[in-house]
Amino acid sequence: MSKIEIKNFNLYYADFHALKNINIYIEEKKITAIIGPSGCGKSTLLRSINRINDTIDNVSTSGIINIFGEDIYGSKIDVDTLRRNVGMVFQRPNPFPISIYENVAFGLRVNRIASNKNIIDETVEKSLKAVLLWDDIKDKLHKLALSLTLEQQQRLCIARVIAVAPHIVLLDEPCSSLDPVATQRIEQLMIQLRDKYTIVIVTHNMQQAARVSHDTAFMLLGELIEFDKTEKIFTNPSKKETEDYVSGRFG
Amino acid sequence: MRKIIDTTIETIIFICGILSIIFVVLIFGFLFKEGFAFFKSFGIIEFITGRFWYPTSNTPSFGIFPFIIGSILVTVGACIIAVPIGVMTALYISEVAPKGIRDVLKSAVELMTAIPSVVVGFVGMVTLVPFIRTLFNIPTGLTAFSGSIMLAFMAMPTIVTISEDAMRSVPWQYKEGALALGATKWQTIRRIVLKAAMPGVIAAIMLGVGRVIGETMTVMMITGNSARIPLSIFEPVRTMTAVVAAEMGETVRGGMHYKSLFAIALVLFLITFIINFIADLFLGKNKNK
Repeated sequence: MSKIEIKNFNLYYADFHALKNINIYIEEKKITAIIGPSGCGKSTLLRSINRINDTIDNVSTSGIINIFGEDIYGSKIDVDTLRRNVGMVFQRPNPFPISIYENVAFGLRVNRIASNKNIIDETVEKSLKAVLLWDDIKDKLHKLALSLTLEQQQRLCIARVIAVAPHIVLLDEPCSSLDPVATQRIEQLMIQLRDKYTIVIVTHNMQQAARVSHDTAFMLLGELIEFDKTEKIFTNPSKKETEDYVSGRFG
Repeated sequence: MRKIIDTTIETIIFICGILSIIFVVLIFGFLFKEGFAFFKSFGIIEFITGRFWYPTSNTPSFGIFPFIIGSILVTVGACIIAVPIGVMTALYISEVAPKGIRDVLKSAVELMTAIPSVVVGFVGMVTLVPFIRTLFNIPTGLTAFSGSIMLAFMAMPTIVTISEDAMRSVPWQYKEGALALGATKWQTIRRIVLKAAMPGVIAAIMLGVGRVIGETMTVMMITGNSARIPLSIFEPVRTMTAVVAAEMGETVRGGMHYKSLFAIALVLFLITFIINFIADLFLGKNKNK
């Protein structure tokens, strides 16, 4: 069974039809990339999976998104629990203006996962090690997170997500504010994490999708044009639009 | 020609900018000159700690301790009332209220700043004062407590608008990040919004305090103007501002009494200056982030 099933999903920003009848089945413990030109709805789709779009006024949806067989837009769902299980990393690193340690501990505290200091210490260390940040910053855990470089901040944001042990990690153009070297290192990190988490990444950068993902979805003007193995999308797509986009004819 | 216009306008702007500094310095200098002359003939310690204010008696006594206590009592009382309500109102406006209510509430709060203090005093005098008297069954409703309540009304708009600005300028990405980690709305507000906005909120409180401590008309009208050290907040008090305003008209220009009022003003000025300075420190900290 697939982990995330999106069925006939529509989303409107007031009158604007941003996502048109999306159907997609995202598999467990794989990296799925969503690509497409600006404004195609790829971020909107990603942000529907943890319902962070709810925070925007005038958003309405129809259709179903099942995660583990449960419709997250159903009436029984607890949105806070959903967001804990479906972590998200944003375009611009957004560490909180508190210490590095407290950034990672934040999710543990608000979700009441741990209150014991030893357990929190341990999880913080484990999470920072998982994003390969621990060795660089273990001596300045109580410094302000904003003092880190952008790449370190983004790693910290990933660590913060991992700390609460989500099943799914959504990455919304996580490298768009990083330089190529930092981008490469974050990509390596994604590859390391893919055995443990189901990862969905939205990216502007087609090469990035080609490098890291198993499956790729191509979107255009709010519609899902094609969804297939990454290799197929980039070498032998079935749709004309996909081919035009990946070969750089538009976008 | 364009060069000349440029230079002229630049000069005008420069003068306008520098004028406000000059005014502050002049006011301070004037207060200092008159106040200092007073301290030369009447000790500063005795002035601040003295318990009796008999400025026109044969052996005059200039003790402003009761007024300092009066000012502090009224101000602290007003803060205890205004700070929690003000900060929570700001939170409601910036984080919770739907857009329609938010706009109405915000304009309403801003309108509150425009109410003249004499009107606040008058309304307090005819409604709150009799109510306090009957509620607590005390000889007079003109008390420090009544003053605190009415002054809280006057401090609230400052506290609300400035802390609301600070809360609203907390980057949306922080809130989104917190929500995305599974934090509830309240957890996000408490742990992220309030924390990030804290310097601004403290600055807002300080400015509110500055407004209260310098307020004159309202306190003159409803605190009872009794020049003795109050034993509780349900007794009449007199504040430093009220002394200056009430007595300045009755003094002989250049006399000791006249100078003593300047000395009170100097003390008051120093207090508000310190408060504003602290507020600035916090506001500056907020901007540097």
